[in-house]
Amino acid sequence: MEVFLQQLINGLTLGSIYGLIAIGYTMVFGIIGMVNFAHGDIFMLSAFIALIFFMLIASWFGAGLIVVALIFVLILAMFFTSLWNWTIERVAYRPLRGSFRLAPLISAIGMSIFLSNFVQVVQGPRNKSIPPMLNKSITLIESTTYSVQISYKQITIIVTTAVLLAAFWYIVQKTPLGRAQRACEQDRKMAALLGIDVDRTISITFVMGAALAAVAGVMYLVLYGVVSFNDGFVPGVKAFTAAVLGGIGSLPGAVIGGLLIGLIEVMWSAYFTIDYKDVAAFCILAIVLVFMPSGILGRPEVEKV
Amino acid sequence: MATVPLHDRPLLQVEHLTMRFGGLTAVNDLSFEARKGDITALIGPNGAGKTTVFNCITGFYKPTEGMMTLTQDSGSSYLLERMPDFRISWKAKVARTFQNIRLFGGMTVLENLLVAQHNPLMIASGFTFLGVLGIGGYRSREKEAIEKAKFWLEKINLIDRADDPAADLPYGDQRRLEIARAMCTDPVLLCLDEPAAGLNPRESHDLNTLLLSIRKDIGTALLLIEHDMSVVMEISDHVVVLDYGTKISDGTPAEVKADPRVIAAYLGVDDEEVAAVEAEVGLA
Amino acid sequence: MAQTSSTPNATPGPRKLDLKAALKEAGFAAFVTLGLCIPIIAWGTRQNMDNVLVLDPRWDAVAWAVGIVFVGRFLMALRQQGKADRKSLVRFLPHGTFAFFQRNSRVFSLFGLGFLVTFPIIAINLAGWGGALKWIDNFGVQILIYVMLGWGLNIVVGLAGLLDLGYVAFYAVGAYSYALLAKNFGLSFWILLPMSGILAAFWGMLLGFPVLRLRGDYLAIVTLAFGEIIRLILINWVEFSNGYAGISGIPRPSFFGIPFNASDEGFAAVFGLEFSPLYRTIFLYYLILALALLTAFVSLRLRRLPVGRAWEALREDEIACRSLGINTTNTKLTAFSIGAMFGGFAGAFFSARQGFISPESFVFMESAIILAIVVLGGMGSLWGCAIAAIVMIGGTELLRELDWLKAIFGNDFDPTKYRMLIFGFAMVVIMIWKPRGLISTREPTTFLKEKKTISADMVQEGHG
Repeated sequence: MEVFLQQLINGLTLGSIYGLIAIGYTMVFGIIGMVNFAHGDIFMLSAFIALIFFMLIASWFGAGLIVVALIFVLILAMFFTSLWNWTIERVAYRPLRGSFRLAPLISAIGMSIFLSNFVQVVQGPRNKSIPPMLNKSITLIESTTYSVQISYKQITIIVTTAVLLAAFWYIVQKTPLGRAQRACEQDRKMAALLGIDVDRTISITFVMGAALAAVAGVMYLVLYGVVSFNDGFVPGVKAFTAAVLGGIGSLPGAVIGGLLIGLIEVMWSAYFTIDYKDVAAFCILAIVLVFMPSGILGRPEVEKV
Repeated sequence: MATVPLHDRPLLQVEHLTMRFGGLTAVNDLSFEARKGDITALIGPNGAGKTTVFNCITGFYKPTEGMMTLTQDSGSSYLLERMPDFRISWKAKVARTFQNIRLFGGMTVLENLLVAQHNPLMIASGFTFLGVLGIGGYRSREKEAIEKAKFWLEKINLIDRADDPAADLPYGDQRRLEIARAMCTDPVLLCLDEPAAGLNPRESHDLNTLLLSIRKDIGTALLLIEHDMSVVMEISDHVVVLDYGTKISDGTPAEVKADPRVIAAYLGVDDEEVAAVEAEVGLA
Repeated sequence: MAQTSSTPNATPGPRKLDLKAALKEAGFAAFVTLGLCIPIIAWGTRQNMDNVLVLDPRWDAVAWAVGIVFVGRFLMALRQQGKADRKSLVRFLPHGTFAFFQRNSRVFSLFGLGFLVTFPIIAINLAGWGGALKWIDNFGVQILIYVMLGWGLNIVVGLAGLLDLGYVAFYAVGAYSYALLAKNFGLSFWILLPMSGILAAFWGMLLGFPVLRLRGDYLAIVTLAFGEIIRLILINWVEFSNGYAGISGIPRPSFFGIPFNASDEGFAAVFGLEFSPLYRTIFLYYLILALALLTAFVSLRLRRLPVGRAWEALREDEIACRSLGINTTNTKLTAFSIGAMFGGFAGAFFSARQGFISPESFVFMESAIILAIVVLGGMGSLWGCAIAAIVMIGGTELLRELDWLKAIFGNDFDPTKYRMLIFGFAMVVIMIWKPRGLISTREPTTFLKEKKTISADMVQEGHG
């Protein structure tokens, strides 16, 4: 039982990160029907940006107030990652809108290759690690054999995720911007006829997705303290799995999917074998797509004849 | 059914067909027949469930309830609701066209007609194995298939455009090409989903001639959904009227035309009912 | 961004270029670039002697990047302004180049074939016995492997329109089949080559069956998942595949029983030649050439058979196919497994050529590269695939040869580092330049009077 509780906490932490990335996939898919293949690499890039800012802040102001530093890093990483994704959308995807179906996907794969190799070239191929932070933890259940702990890291991650998701949910549900987004999802042509700037709305979608990926990147860095240029692919695929599992196009679905994938991964590693944890994630992806392609919260698709 | 002699059995017999999508009943307990050599028209206002009936007959939807029996001249009969869509076309020999034309736009007109002869050609090519090795009589069978395509191209007056991509054709020609393509599968029943939609009077007239000639020269029975009453009244032998998924009338064009329920469905309610409603709300 | 405002009737009066607008655009682009560069380029991270991460400021690199983008965007803006009245100032290729190649494709095919057959001789004459090895192996064999893989995947993606992101799985199945069967049972290459293909086709069917009803992008992701699952199993199931370490000492193919070695029974001795490792390379070259040509031959044949027509019809409209009595599942499965079979052949060849394989050779990136070759070449076009493979693979191989760049950029400069970077970038650029690939027109499979090439605009995108 204690082991299970501990894994539950670990799984939720990891799942929050997946959920944050998954939202980027689900939003972009919802609005332009494209699997943004480069999104995992955007996440990786954001972790690097966060790493650099951590070190800058540490060297300028010292590592005194970690919480303040974290907030600054979060804001900076969100801003700069969004700028990257905005540029990528502008350069690599927008010219292909309305073009041949496979073209944006290929362009996105190209962008994914470009990003991971770009980071490898400019930051080197080695793992980059920062000194661990927020090391303390609270013991929830004390027992002689096994004590359940929740670390400050995990609290930070879960709380930050929850707060940002709430803010984000507010934007999508309650503001004119969110309404424009949902309108574009339904029918882009009609939305344009009604005076919605579709290009701008799509750009903002990419910016929002990147901002959340950046939060995930910062949290990833806080959790593991190490990042390398090829860390984008596997979390990216897992987050995509989460988005599909939750029902692609559905925002709460992405979060639920993320948490589930995080939990499954952690439980699998704890109770079965750590070797096959990625195999498990990919198998879930295949099984979900084959047997319930509309996911948990997605709308089923009716074939139009 | 055993008492009915074979040659009197209807070609297609639809019994108690019901199709529900979630809470919506698109077709409700529909029964009708299409007889050999007849042109049967399925009409009704928008959203009456006509295309859904077609999709059930051709296997694109699995009906919630009901039975659809197709009896061929040879006597073999097929339960359409139990067959996957491609087998309905292949074995039961029911062909169809679509409301929004579904041609292979990037393939030539001729290729479109050859794709329609896929199954016989597939056998002729030894399920690809012999064809790749170049043995077997595939070449001559392909020539025959091209001859057949040529026959249909002449019939629809498109022989000069055989090597053009199908998407290049004007709308009316695309409609006729789609019918010719369906005919290349050698159907016993051809289901046409609004064949006259979007045609000008001249093209509409050509279409009528083509449909009548298909019935007369080839002997294929037709089942058509149509909005254009001139087409329906001119060529059909038998009309089935649907409204809100339910059959409201069934008979010859003249009978159906006179049926008050049909008039009500098309023109709204008739005068008596208007009067009744007005009385209720206290107007009169 | 496309400006198609000019009509034939518009007066083509000379218009002054708006320098101010171009400068403004360039300035904006440069500003964005500065923003992009700030964290990630401006500070490099590096482990110092104590293994602690330190930052190196690199503002010179940022300045370079900003400057290049500024100038580039400025020139592009000018060019676009010029486009409105003069169509284009510069063209990479004269108008109608592709059409010309297509009209004379038979002649060019013969030329190409002649060149490929004589390539080893040309290479030996130009580069000598020592230098030719590199050219035949790194360029000839390497490019031909990708041409073959491209042609194999072309059946799946180009003809049948099924987006397969896990093609490398079948390549791996072929490679491991050959490696394991040859090592454990000592079977010869010529028995195992078809066997590897059949095994890969079998796996293609097995994996294809449940997933082929999925629509476009979903199919892509599922196949990606399958590719990764197979690779991860190869890594983790150590007893079977020896895990990360891979399999070494895989028997090399022999010349119909005569091995390529320095012994008395070796190829050189039997034919009375002086021993040289080049003979095996040349043999491998002709082997992969033959395999690639087989792939091309079979796919050309298949296109003209009903199954090939059904594939192309399926790519355009699956529902119409079903209404015409085509069993779409079987048809897709045939495409998937035939594609997989050629992947398996290529895999067997790869493991025989390398003598060593490990899961590292079968990463997702390989699938992406092969798919890129097919899509960049133009879906369904064999010529397009071949050109794309030569450009992308040959181009990145060529980067290895650019050592002289060190003279310009200093000794730290390693052009190979930029290989995949440029590859990814080129994918994006080619897609934007020609979204339907280099050769996007379609040749009809049969004709009544006259064969007319079909332009890409006609070809529908199909379902999904």
